[in-house]
Amino acid sequence: MARIVVDVMPKPEILDPQGKAIVRAFPHQGITAFSGVRQGKRFELEVDGEVTEEVLATARHAAETMLSNPVIEDVVNVSVIDNSDSAEA
Amino acid sequence: MSANTFEAPLVADLSSPAPDAALKDVRVGIVTFPGTLDDRDAARAVDIAGGTSVPLWHADADLQGVDAVILPGGFSYGDYLRAGAISRFAPLMSRIIDAANSDDALPVLGICNGFQILTESHLLPGSMIRNNHLKFICRDQRLRVENAGTTWTADFTSGQEIVVPLKNNDGQYVCDQTTLDMLEFEGRVAFRYVGHNPNGSLNDIAGVTNARGNVVGLMPHPEHAVEAGFGPDSTAQGQVAMGEGTDGLGLFTSVLNTLINGGSRA
Repeated sequence: MARIVVDVMPKPEILDPQGKAIVRAFPHQGITAFSGVRQGKRFELEVDGEVTEEVLATARHAAETMLSNPVIEDVVNVSVIDNSDSAEA
Repeated sequence: MSANTFEAPLVADLSSPAPDAALKDVRVGIVTFPGTLDDRDAARAVDIAGGTSVPLWHADADLQGVDAVILPGGFSYGDYLRAGAISRFAPLMSRIIDAANSDDALPVLGICNGFQILTESHLLPGSMIRNNHLKFICRDQRLRVENAGTTWTADFTSGQEIVVPLKNNDGQYVCDQTTLDMLEFEGRVAFRYVGHNPNGSLNDIAGVTNARGNVVGLMPHPEHAVEAGFGPDSTAQGQVAMGEGTDGLGLFTSVLNTLINGGSRA
């Protein structure tokens, strides 16, 4: 079984209140190396058969129409993870 | 509580005849999604305004011939994915989107989660993201009616202020600069927060309308300010007895009166 990974991030010009809260909480843990955080979403779409070009196109369609809202988010990655669980294709 | 300070009945008498039989003939559908919370309040608001509420189920494909639709507040599908994102694909939503965009211009009001469903459906521009302070907020909120020309605001005057409850987590209205300029230029900001911006919304926007004025969305809850005894503790005029605020009723009378007095639907 293969998986297709879809990554969605808030658009750069949209304020990310959650990321802002995280970066402000870092110093409490002694973490001071990072000046900003933006929080996004990762989806894993499971495919029972082979990941054909058609399946990938469907994944891109799902990413653009349902998994993200183009007003506030960008789809930044649609890629395949193979069966071996380790390497990203 | 000490001695009675007001005489208003605690519960409206819904069995009394409607003040206007024509109002009673206007049927307003209230859509329930899994996780909707405020459908009964919205239905009661319609009935108190003099109309007839009709419960609608999201998975049905039939609008049952209603004259207008309200998408009520709540947490449909637990706000999973994005608030309103999954509800937008409900079978009934396809019918509502078509009817709202048709020549009939079906009046549609989205409150809170309903507003989020309307933006996800692209019936209204922009989107709502997490409140800028990251906290759920629940308070009585003063609003200014900026556009009294819509189906849902016609009983107000432009610039009139109202006080209704606000209660949400994802209430920060955002859109790109071009859309914001367009909304302001075309007078499509329907409601604006007054005195205090509770969530970081751009230009203090609390509600917007589509170009034709039949589709309106707002984050605060007018349906919780329609019945003396169960509303906010203040109105636009100031402090009132506990729960006496009914400033939200105007949205519901607006749609009924608009539909009767030469609304676009015969």
